[in-house]
This record gives sequence, C-alpha cells and structure tokens, in this order.
Amino acid sequence: MKIAVIQFPGSNCDLDTVYVLRHVINVDAELVWHREFKADAYDAVVLPGGFSYGDALRAGVIAAYSPAMKHVKEMAREGKPVLGICNGFQILVEAGLLPGALLRNVTLTFICKWVYLKLENDRTAFTWKGRRGQVLKMPIAHNEGCYFNDEKGLRELHDNGQVVFRYSNARGEVVPEANPNGSLDNIAGICNLEGNVLGLMPHPERASEPILSGNGSHDGRIIFESMVEFLRGEAVATAR
Amino acid sequence: MPLLGNIEVDLTEEEVEKVRKILGREPNPVEAGMIDVMWSEHCSYKSSRPVLRILPKEGGRVVVGPGYDAGVVDVGGGYVAVFKIESHNHPSAIDPYNGAATGIGGIIRDILCMGARPIALLDPLRFGSLRSPHSRWLLKYVVKGIGDYGNCTGIPTVAGEVEFDESFERNCLVNVACVGLARRGELVLARADKPGDLVVLVGGATGRDGIHGVTFASRTLTGKSEEERPAVQVGDPFTKKLIIEATLEAVRTGAVHGLKDLGGGGLTCASSEMSYKGGKGMELEISNVHLREPDLTPFEIMLSESQERMLFIVDPKGLDKVAAVMDKYGLPWRVIGKVIEKEEIIVKFRGEVVARLPTKILADPPVIYREAGRPRYLDELLNIEVPPMPKDLSATLMKLLSSENIASKEWIYQQYDHEVGVRSVLKCGEGDAAVMRILGEDRGIALSSDCNSRHCYLDPYGGGAGAVAEACRNIASVGAEPIAIVDCLNFGNPEKPEVFWQFKEVVRGIADMCNALNVPCVGGNVSFYNEDEVTGRAVKPSPVVVALGVIEPLSRMVTMPFKRQGDEILMIGETLREMGGTEYYYVIHGVEGGKPPSVNFEREKRSLRFILEAARKGLLKAAHDCSKGGLAVALALMSVKSGFGVEAELSCVAAEDMRLDELLFSETHSRFIISADSSHLEDIFQIARKLEVPLSRIGVVCEDGMFTLKFRGEPVISCGVEDMTSAWRSTLPNAMRGG
Repeated sequence: MKIAVIQFPGSNCDLDTVYVLRHVINVDAELVWHREFKADAYDAVVLPGGFSYGDALRAGVIAAYSPAMKHVKEMAREGKPVLGICNGFQILVEAGLLPGALLRNVTLTFICKWVYLKLENDRTAFTWKGRRGQVLKMPIAHNEGCYFNDEKGLRELHDNGQVVFRYSNARGEVVPEANPNGSLDNIAGICNLEGNVLGLMPHPERASEPILSGNGSHDGRIIFESMVEFLRGEAVATAR
Repeated sequence: MPLLGNIEVDLTEEEVEKVRKILGREPNPVEAGMIDVMWSEHCSYKSSRPVLRILPKEGGRVVVGPGYDAGVVDVGGGYVAVFKIESHNHPSAIDPYNGAATGIGGIIRDILCMGARPIALLDPLRFGSLRSPHSRWLLKYVVKGIGDYGNCTGIPTVAGEVEFDESFERNCLVNVACVGLARRGELVLARADKPGDLVVLVGGATGRDGIHGVTFASRTLTGKSEEERPAVQVGDPFTKKLIIEATLEAVRTGAVHGLKDLGGGGLTCASSEMSYKGGKGMELEISNVHLREPDLTPFEIMLSESQERMLFIVDPKGLDKVAAVMDKYGLPWRVIGKVIEKEEIIVKFRGEVVARLPTKILADPPVIYREAGRPRYLDELLNIEVPPMPKDLSATLMKLLSSENIASKEWIYQQYDHEVGVRSVLKCGEGDAAVMRILGEDRGIALSSDCNSRHCYLDPYGGGAGAVAEACRNIASVGAEPIAIVDCLNFGNPEKPEVFWQFKEVVRGIADMCNALNVPCVGGNVSFYNEDEVTGRAVKPSPVVVALGVIEPLSRMVTMPFKRQGDEILMIGETLREMGGTEYYYVIHGVEGGKPPSVNFEREKRSLRFILEAARKGLLKAAHDCSKGGLAVALALMSVKSGFGVEAELSCVAAEDMRLDELLFSETHSRFIISADSSHLEDIFQIARKLEVPLSRIGVVCEDGMFTLKFRGEPVISCGVEDMTSAWRSTLPNAMRGG
C-alpha cells in the first residue's frame, strides 16, 4: 500500500502530512512533485494544505489545471481514496471533483484556531472509523474557507449525505456561534457521491498526536486510519 | 549632502574625505553609490560596533556567533538552532503592509542562507496608542503583512509581543525574528573562499524597488517620507517558498560552498561581505543579471534591493546539479561572476569595468565614536509625587486587564498560522514561551521575545538587563533552559548624545545580565533613527530580546493555566516598592515616572534555577512570571486562561513595607507564580531553601468562578472570572472593529 502526497509549488503542509502518515499512522507515504505524479503508482492520494501557486487568481485554481489533476481524477473514478485538506479541498472544488465554492472568510481575515466538528457521515472512506454525531477537535488555518453552493446544490448535498463535517460547539450543537468563517450550514467538509473523495478545511494532520492538541485528543487520526483500513479492504465507502 | 564621485551621498564631509584618502582617488558614481550604501548606519553598524563589543558572544553551546547572517547554537541530538532578529521599522511606518511583509522575507533568507530550514517566526511590535486611528491602521496592515507573508511560506508565527505607547505613534517598531533548524553538519556559511567558484544569482528579477532602502533606514523620518515609498520593497511570498525548498535541496547536492541573501545593500553588500569573510574577491559581469525592466543602469543593478534573491557560491563541477534544482522549481538563475584571489570587487557591465574597489573599503568601514550624555528628563521623572490610592482595587484590576498592553493579543495571532509544521507543542497564549518540538526527538526549543520600553526609558541599564531577564524567565516558566539570546536594539537618532547614552546603557545592561545568567548574545540588529523630524520625538529605547531555550524531555513542559481545584498557589521572589514605568502607574494614574524595577543578578539567577529544577522534577502544574501589571495581573491571567477561581492572602507575599496597590501592581523582577499539588509542597520548599529563594504559599485554586485576593482576611479584590475574561479579551477586537 502506497499513499502519495502531492507537492505543488507553494504547498506547505506537504511535509507535515507525510510525517503523520509515516510516523503516526505507520503507512508507506511518499512526497511526489506534481509534475511527476502518476495515478497507477499509488493506492490513495492526499492534496495537502498550503498556498499552491501563491493563491494567484483564486485559491486552488491554478493547481486544478496541473497535469497531476488528470491523474487524481482517474484515481477518483477508480474509487481510490482522494483526500483534499484545506488548499487541497480548494483544489478539488476548483477541479470539479467536489461541488460548490470556497469563498473568502466572512471576517475578511486569515483565521488560525482550534474548532469543534460534528461528524455527519460515518460511511465514507475517511470516516467509517468514527461515529455519526461524534465531536472532533481540529485546527483550521485559512483565508478562503467559507463554503458556498446554490440552494439546489446545497439541498442535494444534504439529501445525498455528502456533508461530512460541520462546525459545532463542544457539545456537538451546530450553531451560528460555532461557525468561524461564514460557511453555509456550518459546512467544514464534503465528499463525492461515492464517498471516496473528501475535502475539508480543518487540518487532521495537525490533530493526530496528543502533544499537539492541548487536551490529549488525536481526532485527526480517524480520517487517516479510516483511509488506511479502507484500503485494506475492511470497508466499503459510500456517501449514502 | 556632500558630493562623492559627482553624486550626492548620505555621508558626512569627513567620511567623504576618508573615502578619497583610503582609495587614493575620486571614485566614479557607481563606486560612490556602493560605498554610500555600505557605509550607511544600517549596513556598517558604524555607531554601534564599538559599543556592541562588550556583549558576551561565547559559551558552551555557541556554534556560530555574531558576524554571520544568524547565530547558531547547539540544541542537542545533533541539531543546531539558527536564529536572528531584525527590524523593519522605517518601511513599515510608511507602508505597513509591504514593510512588514518584506521584513519577514528578509529574516527568512538570513536563516535559510545558513542552510537551515526556517521553523518559526516571532513578531515583536510597537505602536502608538490604539486610541489613535493612525496606529490602528498601522497595526491592521502590519499584522496582515506578516500573516500573508508568513502563512504563505509555511513558517508558523509562534510568538511575539506588542507594546502600545505614544512614543511609537509616528515610528512604529516592527521587529521580526526567525528560528531555523539544521543538522550540525549541514550548515553553510556566507563566505566565498575558493577562487574559481561561480557566483550564481538565484530568484526574483532585479528591478528598481528598494534602491537606497538602507540609506532611507539610516535617517529620521520627515514629513516627506511618504514620498519615499519607492524605497520600500514589495515581497512575493510564493517565490520565497520556492526559494526555501530549492535552496535546501541545492545545499544537499554538496556543490554549494557559500550562500547569502540579498537584503539591505543588495548585490553590493552580498558580494563584498562574502568576499571579505573568505579573504578573497569577486569579479562580476552584471549584464548577466536578469532584470525586471531592460534599461537598469549598473548603478541601479548594484544597489537594487529587490526581494526574493539569493547569491550562491557554487563549485563549477556541481553547477549542473544546482541548476537542475532551480529549474525544477521554475526559479530563474544566472552565473554572474566568479570568486577571485585578489581582495577586490570588480564590477563589469558588457565587458567594461564600471567599478573596482577593495573589499575592505566596502565590508569594513570606519567606525564612529559618538558622544553620549545622560538625558535631563531622567531626574525629573525619577522623583515624582506618589499618586493616590485607588478607592476600588477590583475596578483597578479590571481596567488593567483591559488595558491595551495587557489585554489578549488573540486578535493578532489568530491571523497567523501558528500551527503549520506540526512542531508547535506550546502555542500562542498557552504559556510564557512558545515551544517547538524537534520532529523525531523528545526535545524542543522554547522561544520568547521581551522588552519593557517604559522601564528602559526610566533606566536604560536596568531596562536592558531586565529585557534579558524577562525573556529568560519566560523560557524557564515553560520548563526550558535558556541558552542564548539575540537582540534588536531600537533607538532614536544616535547623533544626539542623550540617545547614544541610552544605547550605551542598554547594551551595558544586556551584557551584564547575559554574563550573570551565562546566556551569550549570538546575534542582533541595531535600528537607529526611529525618530520623527516633525515632532522631534524619539521612540522609547526598545531593546527587544529573543531568548532561546532547550527543553528535554517534552513531558516536563509547563503551561500557564491553573489545572485543578485545590492546587496550592505559590509565589517566588520578593516584591519591592518599584512602581516607576509600571502599567499601573501609566493606565490608572497617567504617570510615566517613578523608580523602575532594579535588577538583582544573583536573585535572578537563583529564581531561574529554582523554576528549572522544580519543572525538571515534575513539581510544577502551572507557572507564569510576574511582569506587566505585577502579581495581581499574573494571578488573574492564570485564572482567566483556566477558568478556575483563586483565593489568595496578600499578607503571605514576601514583600517590603508598602501600600496594597503597590504590592499588587509593582513590577519587581525575579518573581514567578506557580501552582502545585499539595503533596509536592515539601519538595518545592526544599529546593527553595537550598537555593535561598524567597517562596511563599499565597493561596489555592478554586472552582467557584471567583477571583478573590484578601489582606489579613479582608477582601481587597473580588472579581468574577468570566468578567475578567471578557474584559481581557474584548479590547483589541473592539478597537479594531471597522478598522
């Protein structure tokens, strides 16, 4: 089993993600320069956080046209796990692999802080080790994380079970005060219909070791461990 | 301004004559421009060098001391930490966004060019009062500039401090420190010592931006400074990120013999300093420099301070390998010259020599011995009438908690990515210092920056020493041992004897405290001319000290919030009647004078040793030093951060005879508040007795949500923890709402 972490020019959570996969989750992970990325060499792929191409034009848009993304799309079609974290989420949305758009935070500032997330779907390739309704603690760090979709698109997301994470308070209540960036319906992460492509703004790689969380939690692991065990054939992914 | 080589230069008549004498001829305009820049205060440290000599630079852990781009210390496990601090005050005062952003850009390059990966940034900032719209504008865009640049490069901004004071109204201070990590064997030095090696310019194209940035920074600001915006460079953090990755990858090829960033003084500074350090020279063909605009003159190419450029000294046999790395990242590179035996900088343009100067005249300019005189304001301010006792001490504490200098700085650090890199194990606001773990090791680096400019104003010697002491206290509070400091010395115009006296006193204080605590000063920066010609006002002397410590194992890390109901609260140190320059005098009484805290080297050393030993034995549940706002504010913040209440008895505090308000808010040095499990009290007192440190049990942690301080059983302060929290948290967001 081999997991690729794609490095675009300007990626900056690439090494962090490789570190966590290798040393915390203990799987074979490789940092791959975007020009050298090939779909058939890997079982899963992570698009890490950062500022690919310096956020020029719009966050994620230039990377979305990198040749590497053809291979990512191929992997998504084949049902392999594709995970986009923060800028990786923005790239997946710009590439059309996930619906909607990520707008500037309503605060008009960059926000770096720990938030609570309510897990809404525990049947995806990345969440099946969690429980629906479970509250996870992870940090966010972004400028453009305000999830947007039109009314119809939003309804479809909910109806199809594609909303995977929502910002909540510590008790798991999805309330406006818990929404850091103005995302519609407090959406923090979504998946495709098949449940093998996930994009989320929070950083699971920064929440996978107790020493980083301040309260002894390591909730980010759920995402990586679910992916690994999914690859071992222990689960079937679906959004529904 | 005098003429040299037929151009106006920012030098004195005397200096111009000295140039002619050393050179034995009149320089041409290009040469005069190069000398002008290298002899500026910013590049030459001509005023400060003779004074800085007294700083201790050696120590068991020092690998590389001052003189290179950054200091290097051994942090154990085969790793070295590389760190440095710089100012970007002048550019930020007129263009806060780009000024602050390029400050980050510059300091990152200083770390990178030692071959180390930058892993943390610190941002000590100083502005006029938040009541001033101008200061709020500066704060907003300085923070945005730091955030946009730092966040994009993937280097977390993990610590810093902010002071607000009217003296910074027209001259904000924007200092920035960076810390890098490398394996000891991976270090590269900024020197060119092998003739025949190639000089390779990498990165952004050279343009007209920032020409004469350093001479601009070596003058006071005037009403016309706004027109000097072209002297402020524009940064590109995306290119910087590529440069970071490409440089580290290129260094691993083994073909890079020397590295230096192009910052102040541009190509002139980088080429002459590298040659001088290596005892060699360089021959450059600057028509090979890749340009942003086609018609730059040799003068402009040599003086441009365009950002995102690095100078590599490359083994000719390894050029292909280095070039392949640059091409992978899409970074432009050009071979622009070679290292030569003769100690000269020879600049050619399309084959024709346009400048030819000895490296020494550029890299080792003559120093100036400036006059120093004790300022008259001191006598006036030291002896003042004691202000009256406030009627309501609870209200006084609440006002202090919401005062701009004490209030939460969350509004600022939430705009910085302080988590990227997965090393930040003690984060902004959780402890007195940030702690960065070393991946794969059970050890970390602790970082803190400190300076109390009001103390320094009243007693520059004590203030300088105090800055070192406070930074080291903060390191010790988290359980780390302070091993070295770097300093950024921000002052007014050194040509004024009273400013130069402040400078000399501050440096003397820093040196004495460094010696007492055995922490060498491995690098630094001096920023003069932080003074405004319109008002004639200089900034309060601000020696910002960044201390670096080592903690091992990480399980010994101590944070600031109280942990459990029933834990004992203890205080280390003795409180003296030292009210001058306190936040209390200023905020509550509008008084700037009085006798400021004095330093006691022996006491400082012992209290640090006490904290470290107690932390190492795992006896501390929480620790915090007493600084701005004194013991009352220190206790209140430990309460606010945890949500726990406090019940304490002030008559138990070791103190000389004084009024209650003085006891609560005095800013005496060498004091800490700690909390501990009651079963550990005996062990803790034993350490205190051994080290002869004053230690007193002053209270307990409660769960009733009340913060109560009593004197002989009578309540003196009684506040709700939630009320204190909202007072402390709302000041900055409220001030910054709507810009």
